[in-house]
Amino acid sequence: MKNYHKGVEVVASKEQIFDKVKEIIVDQLGVEEDEVTLESSFIEDLGADSLDIVELIMALEEEFGMEIPDDEAEKISTVNDAVEYIRENS
Amino acid sequence: MTIAWREKVGLVTGGSRGIGRQIALKLAESGMKVAVNYRGNDEAAKTTEELVRHLGVDCLLVRSDVSDISQAQSLVNTVLEHWGRLDVLVNNAGIVRDTLLLRMRDEDWYDVVQTDLTGVFACTRAAIKPMMKQRFGRIVNIASIAGLMGNAGQANYAAAKAGVVGFTRAVAREMASRNITANVVAPGLVETELTGQMAQEAFQTLIKKVPLGRAARPEEVADAVWYLVQAEYVTGHTLVVDGGFVMN
Repeated sequence: MKNYHKGVEVVASKEQIFDKVKEIIVDQLGVEEDEVTLESSFIEDLGADSLDIVELIMALEEEFGMEIPDDEAEKISTVNDAVEYIRENS
Repeated sequence: MTIAWREKVGLVTGGSRGIGRQIALKLAESGMKVAVNYRGNDEAAKTTEELVRHLGVDCLLVRSDVSDISQAQSLVNTVLEHWGRLDVLVNNAGIVRDTLLLRMRDEDWYDVVQTDLTGVFACTRAAIKPMMKQRFGRIVNIASIAGLMGNAGQANYAAAKAGVVGFTRAVAREMASRNITANVVAPGLVETELTGQMAQEAFQTLIKKVPLGRAARPEEVADAVWYLVQAEYVTGHTLVVDGGFVMN
């Protein structure tokens, strides 16, 4: 995620991305904020099913203005996977 | 739970005439806003629009061909841009190219499958996204008893309509957790321009086999659609409206 501020390119930190991703996860999955850590697995820890994950990916795509191809989306199983993918591809 | 229908938005494909027009009017009676899709008949579509507005609700006419996946997608987008939501989708648009299988041309097959099955897929896929976000959606697909029992001269149509039944059941299972239901209405003989074009002798022979002794009025199909729209605990169901013709 790039923020252009006074002509200087500021790349969002991993922490900033995580905060935004966490917000979306809390909203989409109806979990508590403190349940969401970088290590959390969507399915095992956060109780997501396959439809939840597709919905979550769609919400992330919308928030970060990107398209996550299906084969890449399949590899995203933890919060960290999502944050890293966004950091590398936006 | 009472649903505030006045805040809801419905979309009927193939809504300029026949069954589709009656469905549009039935949805409008509830107070919901109604988008009416049609492919070519501007004049008939305008009449449907006037009838819907006469019921005191807002109506949006969208001319597009749902057999074209990108047009189906932009149809749904147009409704979303206009009203910001989509609650009820009735996939009614359909065509026939009746002929015996021995004489069925490739395009007779493709045209019917493309409109009657692929069109349903494309509109439904586009519609479930907003419905998932809303945590509310009602999808009603119009099939036919030909899709349940087969009909000589309609191999293409029967295959497409049977496909709609299977498709609807899969959607019902996938979407149930998001409060989206998907159901089918399978009419038998209905008095429309489509059946008006049938050889009258053949039509009368068929009518004799209907226990209730007549064809359905399009309003009676619309009533079945409305039942499934307002029902909260019915999904994956096929409601047959055929005067007892199939009865299995």
